Amino acid sequence: MDKDETLNTTRAAQTIDMAAGETMTGAQMVIRALKDQGVTHIFGYPGGAVLPIYDALFKVEGIEHVLVRHEQGAVHAAEGYARSTGKPGVVLVTSGPGATNAVTGLTDALMDSIPLVVLTGQVPTHLIGTDGFQECDTVGITRPCTKHNWLVKHVGDLSRVLHEAFEIATKGRPGPVVVDIPKDIQFQSGAYHGPQAIHHRTYRPKTDPDAGAIAAAVEMMAAAQRPVFYTGGGLINSGPEASKLLRELVDLTGFPITSTLMGLGAFPASRPEWLGMLGMHGTWEANHAMHDCDLMICLGARFDDRVTGRVNAFSPGSKKIHLDIDMAQINKIVRVDLPIVADAAKALREMVRVWKAKKHKPQDISAWWRQIEQWRSRKSLAFKNSDVLIKPQYAIDRLYELTRHRDDVYVTTEVGQHQMWAAQRFKFEQPGRWMTSGGLGTMGYGLPAAVGVQVAHPDALVIDIAGEASVQMTMQEMSTAIQYNLPIKIFILNNEYMGMVRQWQEILHGGRYSHSYSEALPDFVKMAEAFGCVGLRAEKPAELDDKINEMIAVRRPVLFDVRVDPAENCYPMIPSGSPHNEMLLSPDDGGEISDAGKMLV
Amino acid sequence: MSTKANGDGMERHTLTVLVDNEAGVLARVVGLFSGRGYNIESLTVAEVDAAARTSRITIVTSGTPQVIEQIEAQLRRLVPTHAVTNWSAAKAGIEREMALIKVAGTGEKRVEALRMADAFRARPVDTTHSSFVFEITGAPSKIDSFIELMRPLGLVDVSRTGVAAISRGPEAM
Repeated sequence: MDKDETLNTTRAAQTIDMAAGETMTGAQMVIRALKDQGVTHIFGYPGGAVLPIYDALFKVEGIEHVLVRHEQGAVHAAEGYARSTGKPGVVLVTSGPGATNAVTGLTDALMDSIPLVVLTGQVPTHLIGTDGFQECDTVGITRPCTKHNWLVKHVGDLSRVLHEAFEIATKGRPGPVVVDIPKDIQFQSGAYHGPQAIHHRTYRPKTDPDAGAIAAAVEMMAAAQRPVFYTGGGLINSGPEASKLLRELVDLTGFPITSTLMGLGAFPASRPEWLGMLGMHGTWEANHAMHDCDLMICLGARFDDRVTGRVNAFSPGSKKIHLDIDMAQINKIVRVDLPIVADAAKALREMVRVWKAKKHKPQDISAWWRQIEQWRSRKSLAFKNSDVLIKPQYAIDRLYELTRHRDDVYVTTEVGQHQMWAAQRFKFEQPGRWMTSGGLGTMGYGLPAAVGVQVAHPDALVIDIAGEASVQMTMQEMSTAIQYNLPIKIFILNNEYMGMVRQWQEILHGGRYSHSYSEALPDFVKMAEAFGCVGLRAEKPAELDDKINEMIAVRRPVLFDVRVDPAENCYPMIPSGSPHNEMLLSPDDGGEISDAGKMLV
Repeated sequence: MSTKANGDGMERHTLTVLVDNEAGVLARVVGLFSGRGYNIESLTVAEVDAAARTSRITIVTSGTPQVIEQIEAQLRRLVPTHAVTNWSAAKAGIEREMALIKVAGTGEKRVEALRMADAFRARPVDTTHSSFVFEITGAPSKIDSFIELMRPLGLVDVSRTGVAAISRGPEAM
């Protein structure tokens, strides 16, 4: 029973009646709308169904187009651009394979709340539904992996839809949107309306906190004996003001603070209140503080399964406050005592104001801090170093030490062991400096994301901490880096394995390393040279520092093949299905994984 | 009342979603249910205001209270959603379903079918020498009962509209 028929009333009748705007073609409207939205960079790849837009782009100044080598790369680059600037990333791709290749990036951006506006070409309206060349049901395919999407069937709707697209991508919880534009619409002429004429009919995200909820939260915080801040990517998305206010709130309260993978950098890792990242590969002190706290203040995080471990054993004795801009996150995984639906900066500003107005002093939590220091003294990130083999942890430590004096370092990652080691060991002091694929866990994210970051920050030091398996998924974007003189540094921790897969096979599947060995690896140095990049290799710990310095010094893209110990595993680790206080610190901990745990990912 | 607790803490709820009548909006709502593993027991949808371009979708679903809360929140979060009402919780609503039911037979069974229809206030809207089509309106449970009674009397075909719901009293949803 398909009722879409009834709902498919034509847009012609629905076009908002606005004062007649300037007349131009649909393709020109696209470019004009981008300019009116303040877009200066777009990432894309041309094809038949977007040629009119590329033609309009050819004649325009003030918008730089970055030609990628694969549409997935365009979307990840736009994600890196967005994450490091706070502006929406913009992508332009063609119909059919152009759109389907963008799907991984769209899903990635949806999971991590990254604002993107993705424009796709479509076959002309009269060919839609005929299995035309390079036709696919783009809005159907991308409906579940976008915050919203549109197929524009009338040129009169185009400018409104484009401006709505920016509004929806950026307001409330950010996310990716797709505007699918048939080729005939790009050629047709119509009236262009600017962004000021747009007011969305239904979308009104709630961003102001409820005063009663803020007052209640402050009272709970003032009364807490064993509090902990559990912060997430929402603080980054809210903008730099949220991070400033978070620092102020920690100053006022003196509470310990941990963060999810996505929230790293919102609070400076050098501060004593910082417990490190929590979750499956989080620190001993962060996870134990979460488990034993009496008040959990969750700010812009969503109780992901990597964070909670076994949900029915998650922080059993605590009251929980949950601040999130998305109402649907409240009580989704963990029932909370006090929800606050609001923008993080707005809510934090109120918390700080009310705390000061009430002249609150925190409870004496020195006993809690003594307990935390005891956990901290376990030094859960320690590892046995080697003179012979480069330990991956050592490589990241050296990379951090040799770059920490700089104020312009941006780090992206791929997905796997190297990502977790980077999250554990690279210390971030500012928001927007850490770009990683958290929710979707997309291998191949980091290299194109680094391209996007470097486009936004041409003079910065942009490093993709990578693994040799992940980096091969989007390696072709080195060519993009060369074309646009983007001196990104690809720092490959090459252990010749899909390391995290191998680690799980070791722990869960009796060491049967089914298809996780990176066989037939390319010679990364020669490959770098073939692309026109600089290739480096380090095989001994003693040569690492010089090579890292060389990598930093050269103003060209670098592919650095760091040959690391292939057997090293990532600890600490909460095995799937275990609670926070049952962590493995080293291989010697053994660790029995329940059958239920084995079922989890 | 439509809140019905079954075993396992599962409850049945009727939700009404007022949406902007844009292309694909039904697919968005239905996709949300299938993508997140929620149940749809019945679904009713039609445009209700052509000038305001709004459609009204009524969904009967079941889940634990936590899942029902999630469904409501996820529906509210959809961009074209104007409003969501859970008739089971906050507001008292009237729920009705219409069904067309075809019964074929002759002799005593045919007479009995007509007698039962009368008792249920179902009215024949198509009649031949060997069949009736009855139109019946009521709560889904009433329609269930009528269908069960028709089964031994020559039930041939059933077409049900799914539930439509509206609030009691002077207020809109």
